[in-house]
Amino acid sequence: MITDTSKIAQLDSEGLSLRSVSLWQITWRRLFRRKSAVVGMVILGILILIALTAQWLAPYDPLQPLIGIEQISKRANPCIHLLGCPASEPQHIMGTDGNVRDEFSRLLYGARLSLMIGLTTVSFAIIIGTVLGALSGYFGGWVDNLIMRVMDVLLAFPSLLLAIAIVTVLGPGLQNALLAIGIVSIPTYARVVRASVLSVREMDFVSATRAMGGNTIQILFRRILPNALTPLIVQGTLGIATAILDAAALSFLGLGAQPPTPEWGSMLGAERNQVFTAPHLVFYPGFAIMLTVLSFNLLGDGLRDALDPRLAHIS
Amino acid sequence: MTTYILRRIVLSIPVLIGILFATFALARLIPGDPCHAMLGEKATEVVCNEFISRHGLDKPIPIQFGIYVGEIMQGDFGRSFRFSKPVTDLLMERLPITVELSFSALFLSILIGVPLGVISAVRHNSWVDVVTMVWANVGVSMPVFWLGLMLAYIFALALKGTPLQLPPSGRLSPGVLTTPFWEVWGLSLQPSGLLYTILDFLSRMNILNAVLSANWKLLTDAVTHLILPSMALGTIPMALIARMARSAMLEVLGQDYIRTARAKGLRQRVVVFKHAFRNALLPLVTVIGLSLGGLLGGAVLTETVFNLSGVGRILYDSITARDYGIVQGFTVVIAVFFVFLNLIVDVSYAYLDPRIRLD
Repeated sequence: MITDTSKIAQLDSEGLSLRSVSLWQITWRRLFRRKSAVVGMVILGILILIALTAQWLAPYDPLQPLIGIEQISKRANPCIHLLGCPASEPQHIMGTDGNVRDEFSRLLYGARLSLMIGLTTVSFAIIIGTVLGALSGYFGGWVDNLIMRVMDVLLAFPSLLLAIAIVTVLGPGLQNALLAIGIVSIPTYARVVRASVLSVREMDFVSATRAMGGNTIQILFRRILPNALTPLIVQGTLGIATAILDAAALSFLGLGAQPPTPEWGSMLGAERNQVFTAPHLVFYPGFAIMLTVLSFNLLGDGLRDALDPRLAHIS
Repeated sequence: MTTYILRRIVLSIPVLIGILFATFALARLIPGDPCHAMLGEKATEVVCNEFISRHGLDKPIPIQFGIYVGEIMQGDFGRSFRFSKPVTDLLMERLPITVELSFSALFLSILIGVPLGVISAVRHNSWVDVVTMVWANVGVSMPVFWLGLMLAYIFALALKGTPLQLPPSGRLSPGVLTTPFWEVWGLSLQPSGLLYTILDFLSRMNILNAVLSANWKLLTDAVTHLILPSMALGTIPMALIARMARSAMLEVLGQDYIRTARAKGLRQRVVVFKHAFRNALLPLVTVIGLSLGGLLGGAVLTETVFNLSGVGRILYDSITARDYGIVQGFTVVIAVFFVFLNLIVDVSYAYLDPRIRLD
């Protein structure tokens, strides 16, 4: 006991009182205590690393067909020298695809694209959703009604179908697919922000700012929106998972990334009829999508539990 | 209750108008003129002039919208140039396939998801719980199309020759014929009228038709063809349902009245099913309702992978073939259907929880 008190006294004297732990530090600690969140972070960390270093990790050019460069046929089975593949054959860890390109290299570059897809669509949706939700929650009345009814209409369509319909109008392509998925996910964020704004709009600290002469912009951005940050972070992390899945689905259907882009969904879609003859070309890209989505889902769940202690006893 | 339902119906009217407006705008936003977009290569000048005057495309936009809404009200969802048929007819042909697939996927996911969730809540932190949770996390992260292809590979190729071998595509094996159940019953109907439409719709669902006409060979064949697509489509809702069942049960099991029930000396089975499970049903209804939209979206992918000619498949084909009549018509119908499903979910929610309708 004596040591404990003396320790606190010592910390106090150093200006490191035990009370000065910020919300983010607490969240961080809670996050690290959850096994599933740690697994998510580790997978995500590896993926980010792969995405950043793809050009050095990849043994081949992801876009270059190897016809005439190597003695290798199209859709060749994986050949790993360490696992007994004869050294006379060129090593292709995941085999080659229908255009005689190294599947492994394409997969590595795909990580880049997938993370980029998740981040851009969700950032787009969060920015627009936050503005709409904040306007709607802060001003109420007809503004609220108009914005929320439009959001209801967007939510009335199953998200993937709406994305498909939007891409039909805009024309297939990665950019249009991203825009479509972004538009489809706006309502979620608008609702989250609106709910947070409504819950703090009438609180004393907001009235105080108003009384002190703060203008609307100041009140919204300095006082109200920071309160919406927590649910936005959670929703955004989980939203990245959905966005990556939907983008992969669009590319699989041929509406998103176009060949020869090394995008996992389109790589899988291009070889889907070869599932019985070259299953590895279907297995690896899909598995990569699953791992990426899983890491964001685990991290999102962990963040939600860490940021909202009320839920801690449930899972 | 009636007031609640009525209010809920009135609230969905603006959404329905919004949907009509969105799909109307969709057709107008397609690059090129609507006539060429809707009729494709059949759009000659004569045909186009007729098309334009029939749909009032030479009139101002608000009037065009009015004409469009009027057409929808009369059940005219436009025509498909590829099939040279009204979209409504195509919908009646294809929708049963998607409905059958979605329902069997949902059935499978409830059948497995709910017990798994309940067991892992009751045996909190046991190996069953850990395995269920890991699997549920992986399940929601799997791309439907990948899972479908992998299942097809495993059950059609890797397990070939074993009793577990399952067909990887189509709805029936070649040679297996279907007769509509009402023909088996000896009814002869004119191919028109409401009764015919309903019976025809029902008879297109192979499993239902097989049961109603007592054709067991057809039933086995239809079921074996439906297992893999249902597994692929049902995995995400199954994982969501298992997770929700687990957390709802854990929440309820921590309540005081559960402790009271245990203190009274009630058996575990009674506590779990009578006291806890009934109260955990509410969030489950929500998650099942929310899964329905995902099922419709997933049906596009599942039907493409397993070569089933349902709504999703035809929608996908029509996009590639630029048959916008189908895209527009089907989008309206699916969205309206979805609004209707949400309405049912809300109403059942209010039925299960009196607090909501008294609000």
